[in-house]
Amino acid sequence: MRWRNSSTHYGLTSIVLHWLVAAAVFGLFGLGYWMVGLTYYSSWYRTAPDLHKSIGLVLFLVMLVRVLWRFVSPAPGPLASQGRLTQAAAKLGHSVLYLGLFLVMMSGYLISTADGRAISVFGLFDVPALITSIPNQADTAGLVHEYAAWALVILAVLHALAALKHHFIDRDATLRRMLGRNPG
Amino acid sequence: MLKKTLAALVLGSALAGGQAFAADYAIDKEGQHAFVNFKISHLGYSWLWGTFKDFDGAFSFDAAKPAESKVNVTLKTASVDTNHAERDKHLRSDDFLNVAKHPTATFESTSVKPTGDGTADITGNLTLNGVTKPVVIAAKFIGEGKDPWGGYRAGFEGSTTLTLKDFDIKMDLGPASQTVDLIISVEGVRK
Ligand code: HEM
Repeated sequence: MRWRNSSTHYGLTSIVLHWLVAAAVFGLFGLGYWMVGLTYYSSWYRTAPDLHKSIGLVLFLVMLVRVLWRFVSPAPGPLASQGRLTQAAAKLGHSVLYLGLFLVMMSGYLISTADGRAISVFGLFDVPALITSIPNQADTAGLVHEYAAWALVILAVLHALAALKHHFIDRDATLRRMLGRNPG
Repeated sequence: MLKKTLAALVLGSALAGGQAFAADYAIDKEGQHAFVNFKISHLGYSWLWGTFKDFDGAFSFDAAKPAESKVNVTLKTASVDTNHAERDKHLRSDDFLNVAKHPTATFESTSVKPTGDGTADITGNLTLNGVTKPVVIAAKFIGEGKDPWGGYRAGFEGSTTLTLKDFDIKMDLGPASQTVDLIISVEGVRK
């Protein structure tokens, strides 16, 4: 398989990026949901948020690469078998997923850096605080983060259901080509 | 000359003594010579200090009749500050102060019992996190007098200990941290 996308096929780069981000989104959602309910004496009380933030910030880098890669190597065109409405809906859905991802990641960053503290990424390097002047920043960003994270996973689930529908009901190549399994 | 001074002194003290009613003071919020601080044990190893930045109130006080003093304070629970934005966010959540549902805490004194020279137990109703419970604040009179800017001030400090569970605070911070100490320092400007 090639690194780059062609007009009909996804290349390895896009495929790996797609599934990495998918795993991170569901993983971070589960981790985030679980960690805010931990008791104070849980051994995860400090490590879980550290992991959540570290993975989240690495995901931000991955997403930057992913967006850049779209310009370097554009995604293949829509399948000819799909109607215009389907194509438009898919396009809109994908845009909102991208926006939602950045909204969730940026609001998460703004919670932890609200008082100027940097975020340590796996203890390897620090991401400094850049914005600290939003009124009630931690609380406001926290609310955005919570709602946007829910919206994002719900949309991601719909996105997955749509892919399964294409695979099992329409029997087209939508899911196969994101798995690198379409012939030709 | 001497006679005149003496007369002024006698008259002065007579006037002061003649104040049968206590004077009313407003907490000096403008100059913020008032603090509602708290400390809670962290794991039993150190004290975590915090403060509430936004509160206001009034008291009436007459040094000659301390038992007739009254005090009330209203505090915005969202103004909690422990020098750590993430923790403060957690403190405002429903694990602790639930500020969305209970934005204010109030204290209203019901009785003041002098306990010694310049000290008193102030009993009153504290409403915190939607729960109203009587508490006793051990208070100490610090001083009173004219300020350099034409006003008249009186100040106190006080402390009390609250059990978190009594005020429906859900989060359990461990065996050493079941209670929080409130340490209050207020200066009032005579109205
Ligand atoms: C796709 C990425 C992400 C997802 C799906 C996600 C999801 C979540 C979820 C579901 C929660 C629990 C919300 C609640 O119930 O209050 C949460 C909490 C949190 N997240 Fe994320 N998150 C992501 C990225 C990030 C990033 C990049 C950061 C910071 C660098 C971050 C920082 C936080 C923090 C600090 C909390 C705790 C909020 C609190 O104290 O209530 N998250 N996240």
